[in-house]
Amino acid sequence: MRLTDEEQAMLAGDMGEAKRWALDHQIKVGGMFDAADLVPVSQAHMMVDPESVGDAGVSFLENLADHGARVAIPMITDPRGVDLNYYRPLGQTEEMADLDRRTIAACEKMGILMTNTCVNYQTIMPPVLGDHVAYGDTGVVIYSNSVCGARSNFEGGPSALAAGLTGRTPRYGLHLEENRQATRRFVVRAQPKGLTDWGVLGAVAGKMAGSYWEVPVIEGLDAVPTSDEAKHMGAAMASFGSTPLFHLAGITPEAKNLSDVGGDKLAAEDITEDDLETLRSGFGGKGDKVDVVVFAAPQLSLVEMQTLAGLCAGRRFKSPVIVCTSPQVYADATRMGIVETLEATGAKVLEGTCFYNQYAREIGEANGWTRLLSNSAKIVNILGGYGYEPALASMEECVASAIKGEIV
Amino acid sequence: MTTELKCHKGIGPRVEGVALVADDNFSARYDLDRINGVFSRPQHKLVGQSYVDRILVLNTSKGGVASAWMLHEMKSRGICPKAILFNSANTILAQGAALADLTMCDRFEDGDVTQLIATGDELIVDPEAGLVTIVAKA
Repeated sequence: MRLTDEEQAMLAGDMGEAKRWALDHQIKVGGMFDAADLVPVSQAHMMVDPESVGDAGVSFLENLADHGARVAIPMITDPRGVDLNYYRPLGQTEEMADLDRRTIAACEKMGILMTNTCVNYQTIMPPVLGDHVAYGDTGVVIYSNSVCGARSNFEGGPSALAAGLTGRTPRYGLHLEENRQATRRFVVRAQPKGLTDWGVLGAVAGKMAGSYWEVPVIEGLDAVPTSDEAKHMGAAMASFGSTPLFHLAGITPEAKNLSDVGGDKLAAEDITEDDLETLRSGFGGKGDKVDVVVFAAPQLSLVEMQTLAGLCAGRRFKSPVIVCTSPQVYADATRMGIVETLEATGAKVLEGTCFYNQYAREIGEANGWTRLLSNSAKIVNILGGYGYEPALASMEECVASAIKGEIV
Repeated sequence: MTTELKCHKGIGPRVEGVALVADDNFSARYDLDRINGVFSRPQHKLVGQSYVDRILVLNTSKGGVASAWMLHEMKSRGICPKAILFNSANTILAQGAALADLTMCDRFEDGDVTQLIATGDELIVDPEAGLVTIVAKA
């Protein structure tokens, strides 16, 4: 890999142990993916929830921080594993909270901004077309690449950290123009209506594409999705397919025309109502008992919070209901009375977490929750591996089901 | 008779071990019970099987960014595969392998690695050379 003089100095340890580790890490990863050099990035975003980081990872972070590590570019964080204002009632332990506290302290020492959000493209500083960034969280990456036109690979925690420390990332994958061309062409034959439908469409497209190295271009949509709809679509596509980038012909910035991304040269494959229904049918049915209803994955925007509050104002939930949002949205939603409206129903709004990365398995076991209902196609995909029997329904149906205690 | 399989340059040290193979994918967060070292997602073809000290051979890596930390955490407790071979690794798991110093290779020249290698085969994996040797068939 070609290195600049400054990068050579980092690798030699002239700029401290943290930068030496970071550059060495980037060379190893870049080697596997044939990166010719490193590309400067404007922001880094790290997933560093304690459930995945573990004691070993936290010790690693503390060690770097103790060696004077300091990020070179603006660096932000994904949701935390514990809402430090509300964890014992969920059955989370003091040990989990301590791990989170240690992580926060180490990150802050390195100059990392603890934004604790997976909707930074709605709340912090959205990237712009052509902006090279190093983002963690698959939902953040797919949205930023596809809707904003940013350039990012899926950067796992350690690689996002390395990018934050060096201000660069290996130039491979989606940092290269040629890898952003479409490889699959899907034609939508059933129009999505509402967040869950967009998620289901994303899930089907992701399943069909099925690999990090495939780029779907989707045509046939009658309407431009809202930011929240594109968010659910992308998060589900990334979850079901490991997909980091999609184009919507005539909608997203790199695909004003189908031919801009080479879609005209690809065979068209239909996505029909049957395909969407097949995916939906794998997740729950009417009359099933509900142990917990979760609104999360991705964290709710202020608009989703308002919509949810509007649906359940004045009602009383029979089932436990958990709502996860970012600290930025939480502050606004509190100020506007939305959190109060939601919690008057018996729901609990969590700040800076996302249900699936906050020890979901342990929370489920502690509370006896198996049958989980959500409007997020992403969360129902992933929680099967954590001992849940997840079911999928629209936000409206989730609210009605929580009131009744069973899927309506 | 040994068989040599050429692959792309990988990550991590040269290792020897026994293969555990499936035509399925891999997500450290969603497919595994990491405490007990077994595949746990009910739909996974290796559900119930232990991955500890095995050389996993799977199609591709899927899912969350968290996996990158998880390999490091799994290795620190010694409840970890010895190596992972993919047809195609995604970026996250390769990054995780780099942090954990776990052996990982992908992109095999002779085709689908989940068909080229069978469960129980004894392997030598040399990531620097981009070479996997089947030293004994199951």
